[in-house]
Amino acid sequence: MEMRTLHVKINGRDYQVPDGSTILEAASAYANIEIPTLCYLEGISEEGACGVCVVDVKGTRNLPRACLTKVSEGMEIWTNTARVREARKINVELLLANHPTDCFTCERTENCDLRDLASELGVREVEFPRTRTEWLPIDNTSLSLVRDPNKCILCRRCVNVCAKVQSVYAIDIAGRGSNSTVSTFLNEGLGNVECVNCGQCLLVCPTGALTERSEIPDVWKVLGDPDKIVVVETAPAVRVAIGEEFGMPDGTQATGKMAAALRSLGFNKVFDTDFSADLTIMEEGFELIGRIKNGGTLPLITSCSPGWIKFAETFFPGVLDYVSSCKSPQQMFGTVTKTYWAEKMGFDPRKIVVVSVMPCTAKKFEKERPEMKTAFHYWQEKMSLKDEEAFNDVDFVLTTREAARMIREAGIDFANLPDEDFDKPLGESSGAGVIFGATGGVMEAALRTAYEVLTRKSLPRLDFEDVRGLEGMKSATIDIDGTPLRVAIANGLGNARILIEEVQKGESPYQFIEIMTCPGGCLGGGGQPLSNNPDIKKRRAEAIYREDAGKPIRKSHENPEIQEIYKDFLGEPNSEKAHHLLHTTYHDRSGE
Amino acid sequence: MQINLEERLKENPVLRKQFDELDAYIDEKAGQQGSLINVMHRAQEIFGYLPDEVLAYVSTRLQVPRSTVYGVVTFYHFFSRTPKGRHTISVCLGTACYVRGSNSVYDKVTKSLGIKAGETSPDGRYTLDLVRCVGACGLAPVVVIDKDTYGRMTPDKVVTLLNKYV
Ligand code: SF4
Ligand code: SF4
Ligand code: FES
Repeated sequence: MEMRTLHVKINGRDYQVPDGSTILEAASAYANIEIPTLCYLEGISEEGACGVCVVDVKGTRNLPRACLTKVSEGMEIWTNTARVREARKINVELLLANHPTDCFTCERTENCDLRDLASELGVREVEFPRTRTEWLPIDNTSLSLVRDPNKCILCRRCVNVCAKVQSVYAIDIAGRGSNSTVSTFLNEGLGNVECVNCGQCLLVCPTGALTERSEIPDVWKVLGDPDKIVVVETAPAVRVAIGEEFGMPDGTQATGKMAAALRSLGFNKVFDTDFSADLTIMEEGFELIGRIKNGGTLPLITSCSPGWIKFAETFFPGVLDYVSSCKSPQQMFGTVTKTYWAEKMGFDPRKIVVVSVMPCTAKKFEKERPEMKTAFHYWQEKMSLKDEEAFNDVDFVLTTREAARMIREAGIDFANLPDEDFDKPLGESSGAGVIFGATGGVMEAALRTAYEVLTRKSLPRLDFEDVRGLEGMKSATIDIDGTPLRVAIANGLGNARILIEEVQKGESPYQFIEIMTCPGGCLGGGGQPLSNNPDIKKRRAEAIYREDAGKPIRKSHENPEIQEIYKDFLGEPNSEKAHHLLHTTYHDRSGE
Repeated sequence: MQINLEERLKENPVLRKQFDELDAYIDEKAGQQGSLINVMHRAQEIFGYLPDEVLAYVSTRLQVPRSTVYGVVTFYHFFSRTPKGRHTISVCLGTACYVRGSNSVYDKVTKSLGIKAGETSPDGRYTLDLVRCVGACGLAPVVVIDKDTYGRMTPDKVVTLLNKYV
């Protein structure tokens, strides 16, 4: 289709720009002018709420907002007049009037868009008085997120991400005018409503209004306790993102430095969630094979993403039978550490503390699910433990950002550390475990194992290109030695909803579906470093697939430590013991 | 929540009737543009105010997220989430009334009833509202009770006045 071009003048120079562009896009793409924005989030939140992007257009009296206003033929735009600079400043000052000024102690002190903008625009003092008379209470109800409404500038990014990207609609603007706030239903707090803890709202918040519930103090405390055996596990997506926190190029594989840094923090063992990702593949792969062979419920839907699990429990309780009963890798890791490893090492399981480093905020919620105390139940009879002594399989969850904060606090020069390895045995993993961190990865990892088990042949090609890539939804038909297997992948819950509605109606053409809560999968998780690079997910994904390609073992069932845990402890995949320790149950939350 | 409501409807024929009325209206309006606001209006007429369970109920029936329902209800002044008393007292705090001391009238009312603007006294007798100008500035300070307008109000007079509304 031929695109019509329009003639416009930007700051006195002539440009030809495509019809339909906004002033913001035209200025950036053709005139190399980055008009400041605050509330705008392309394609997701285009509300014109902040007024920071105003420009002068010849012949109009008001200053139009560049993010919303489309260019028109002959338009003459000035992006930097005195009137524009003054208006931008005033709009930011109005936002600052009600904003707390304790920037020093704010978690976003290093990367706050509001603060950056105020300094870029040369705001030196705020001339407007506060209009709010009281500080609003902080929402502390969620296990994953903390929301401080006083720092909120009502840009609505979070509201729109939650609605349009995740289709959860946990929050909206309540009240009016200067009394409006972002609120849940009845202002009950994020922990008491349908919020799935994904943290996508946090990733787009320009201020410190949304932060994870920090567990750093708890982790420091156990690290300082000589009676505890503190082990850490790191999720696959963390190693390809944590380097960003230390100024390393986007897409750096920082696996070795991360292991070294965590060891320097004082963890007794540095293990790897990739090991339990391999374990998940064994269990889930065999579950898939079992359901195919025995005419079980299909499609099988993956279960490693806790935001998705809460989403299904809340909005689609009818599909829970399709969802794999496998615990997530994080939870499998906690369980095997406190059972298998404890037994092997002769450690008292009560002394073991499992800390996981996750790209995810929902993992903080997941570890507190009441059913996630399997290791305790395993030991309860053997050690005659009382009910009050119950402990979680996973004790603490740090996001990638929190882990980086601890490393900085310890003064560790991350980028220059010599690489180190994970500890054994729970640090050994295959490439299949690594790709869990990217959308499509669980599917590919499961296919590598399922193919070989079903056909008893070795895979001619390990890379399933059809299930890779960052698109929100993908489907493919995989040829398993003559039998077609139809698979689909969704990342972002808005996309997941579409696939799951089909399943609910009994119209799904697929046998296996992978769902990841966050766009891009774990590498785009709500616990990952904040980034301004629009290609960041691509960079992280490339790093994950490089990491996989560089692994000597790339199939879960060939990981020698996995073979050993089955031989010495679990028996067969999906054995009774494996079921007891590594599988779980879900509940209908639709009435909550 | 849903199950709970079902049970209560069984035991409470008045509530049942109210919900039936609301249902009938929703069936008529569902799918139309702006039906949320219309439905909330009707619900307020039926129930006298908008109880939380009605918000949740409308959300499910109209398939509108409950955070959106809450947003709409808190945005418009004419929606009330607390039951209205038998009498509504509106104290005018418009400029003309304010300069003639309507704030001391307001303070007196809040003290003697123990409620703030937007609230209803525990005995269900009064709801207190603040208004900005009722167009009777010549009579400032003005208090409106139900449909009656009273001018030249003082803290002492207002207390005697209130007692007339049982
Ligand atoms: S965490 Fe996810 S579900 Fe919860 S409010 Fe934020 S975006 Fe919505
Ligand atoms: S919480 Fe953050 S993202 Fe949400 S409206 Fe407020 S400032 Fe914007
Ligand atoms: S960025 Fe354009 S109005 Fe906020």
